[in-house]
Amino acid sequence: MDPIEMLEREQMRVDIPPFKAGDTVKVYSRIKEGDKERIRVFEGVVIRKRKGTTGATFTVRKISYGVGVEKIFPLHSPTIDKIKVISKGKVRRARLYYLRKLRGKAARLKEKR
Amino acid sequence: MARGILGKKIGMTRVFHESGESVPVSVLEVGPCYVIQIKRIEKEGYNAIQIGFQPKKDKRLNKPILGCFKAAGKGGFAFLREIRVDDVDSFELGQEINNEMFNVGDLVTIRGISKGRGFTGVVKRWGFSGGDTSHGCRSHKVPGSIGASATPSRVMKGKKLPGRMGNKKVTVKNLKIVDVLKEKNLILVKGAVPGSRGSLLEVKTSGAKE
Repeated sequence: MDPIEMLEREQMRVDIPPFKAGDTVKVYSRIKEGDKERIRVFEGVVIRKRKGTTGATFTVRKISYGVGVEKIFPLHSPTIDKIKVISKGKVRRARLYYLRKLRGKAARLKEKR
Repeated sequence: MARGILGKKIGMTRVFHESGESVPVSVLEVGPCYVIQIKRIEKEGYNAIQIGFQPKKDKRLNKPILGCFKAAGKGGFAFLREIRVDDVDSFELGQEINNEMFNVGDLVTIRGISKGRGFTGVVKRWGFSGGDTSHGCRSHKVPGSIGASATPSRVMKGKKLPGRMGNKKVTVKNLKIVDVLKEKNLILVKGAVPGSRGSLLEVKTSGAKE
């Protein structure tokens, strides 16, 4: 096998649940503070998933105290403890950048049946 | 122990650290190399070992070069390079040199031939800023004035002008080894190395400490 492919397969995580753009997820990431480790949760809508092997990322958007916050996570990062899919959204495109312009009721997504 | 080895560039990828840091790494296939000739101070005037890398079929080599490989008895090789060593007596002909000389965290110096860019202009070759792309400017990527007039009435030596770029020997010093895969003859170094994928590289332990 191609050595690069082999190295990347080794690094990739298999415990990540399948999710798509539009889904609401909870991302549990491990954070080190001094010598203590704790877990921080970031919950929001996935507005983008970038394909790739170890380079794959996804962007989660949420409204925090009235301000839109987006966070880009490397999908295969060892700091991600787990990802929980809260709900599956019904969307018609892969990149939900249009959500950035919407506020409140308009920014809701229909749930997939 | 030899301080250097030959290898080839496989490509680049990323490796995650335990802390979550993503490290860009170059994947190099180093060795196995074999000692083809031992040069001694008494005969050749300096101490060195000549090593061969990448086996090559006998029928693809000519007879004079086949004669060089005869004493080592390891068949022909595509690449031959010399590596200076202090103690030649610790080597014998046909001895294998592999990536066991490298440890994680070591610093290495890597030499190779950079990618050829062909005939390039001054913006790409020397980093000139070039002219405006708009506002009526019609000189976008030209070098501009290359000197004064009647004095000295010539162009100064070493003036940066367009020309061939790349395809030159480039040395990158003190790259850190991120991982050593012994059985696959691979090493991972942090950062970029010269050349295209598959190009020959000389990897030397740099002796510098982090």
